[in-house]
Amino acid sequence: MATIISLDPRVTRMQIDPERKDPLEPKPELDQFQTFEVFHQGKSGAHHMHVGCVHAPNHELALLLAKEQYARRGQTVNLWVVNTRDVFTMSAEDTDVFATTPEKKYREVSAYMVRNKVEAFKKQNTEGSTE
Amino acid sequence: MNTQALTDLCYRMADDELILAHRHSEWTGLGPLLEEDIAFSSIAQDKLGHAQALFTIMHDLGGEPDADTAAFMRDELKMRCSHFVELPNGEYDFSLVRHFLFDVAEYVRWTALVRSSVEPLANLARKIHGELKYHLYHAQTWMVQLGANGNEESHARMQSALNEAWPYALGMFEPGEFEDALIADGIFIGEAVAQQRWLELVAELLQSSTLMIPTQVEPIYGGRKGHHTEHLKPLLDEMTEVYRIDPSAEW
Repeated sequence: MATIISLDPRVTRMQIDPERKDPLEPKPELDQFQTFEVFHQGKSGAHHMHVGCVHAPNHELALLLAKEQYARRGQTVNLWVVNTRDVFTMSAEDTDVFATTPEKKYREVSAYMVRNKVEAFKKQNTEGSTE
Repeated sequence: MNTQALTDLCYRMADDELILAHRHSEWTGLGPLLEEDIAFSSIAQDKLGHAQALFTIMHDLGGEPDADTAAFMRDELKMRCSHFVELPNGEYDFSLVRHFLFDVAEYVRWTALVRSSVEPLANLARKIHGELKYHLYHAQTWMVQLGANGNEESHARMQSALNEAWPYALGMFEPGEFEDALIADGIFIGEAVAQQRWLELVAELLQSSTLMIPTQVEPIYGGRKGHHTEHLKPLLDEMTEVYRIDPSAEW
């Protein structure tokens, strides 16, 4: 009798014979419904925030199901659903366009050590008053 | 106020909600897709909440037992649910059709109860209006989706489930013992008027579904008088199993 050490796929790897003749079948397309991205508005006038996605055959059902997934608890004013295919985005290999120039520290908030200056000013003032 | 008439009405409504909530909850974890599983389970939970609220009203106004005792300690003969909610789930098509036909009726009842002379009932009707509206929207969207926007199989399944459900759905409107008193005291519109409004709303909501409403069908009565299908007893046994081990336990 074989003993299974663990059902965790990171521990017990699937034994796929690299020599096998028949290639593994890819999953058929549209094995699941398409997805819709869900945007949640918590207060009137607030931005709609992206909260996740739902599987659905069309916009109407996506909105219907999004209501129970993302607006059952807490306050909700409205929801948007957007077909994931309609989201236009950067390619993964183009992430370098977001690279910043690290030497231009003055463009970052963290470069301004205001707190240190305030502390120094306070210290100087206290010393001045005791003299 | 006619307490006897009010209690009879509330038990009929509460038992329908309680038993259908249990049937719906049997889909939890087995729904056709994750999102629908969650939505349907949460609708079941809402129904359970409606039953609890009705039991509490009877407890406060009619001196009936508290909600837990009313829900878990009555046997079959004391139950006033219609046969419609007792039927096993079958496949998802039947569950959706039952959800639709029941929720249209529920919507009609509670919309009328907003103007009930019994203040706590009218308040409850106002409180749950939004939930009922979502349940109706959920049910109708699926009826139209699978009736008109699905394929031949989905249409055929929905139509046959609708035909199967219809005589039982009509049974929801089996008159109670105190119809005249309920109407005279302004507590409820009565089953005959409720059924008429239900028929009109079902027809309106199914307009774009391409599904045909069955005609000339005899209703299946009995539930409101304590006569039930063979499906109710096993359901009650399962539902009350844990509670009855120790009814005095603190939860």
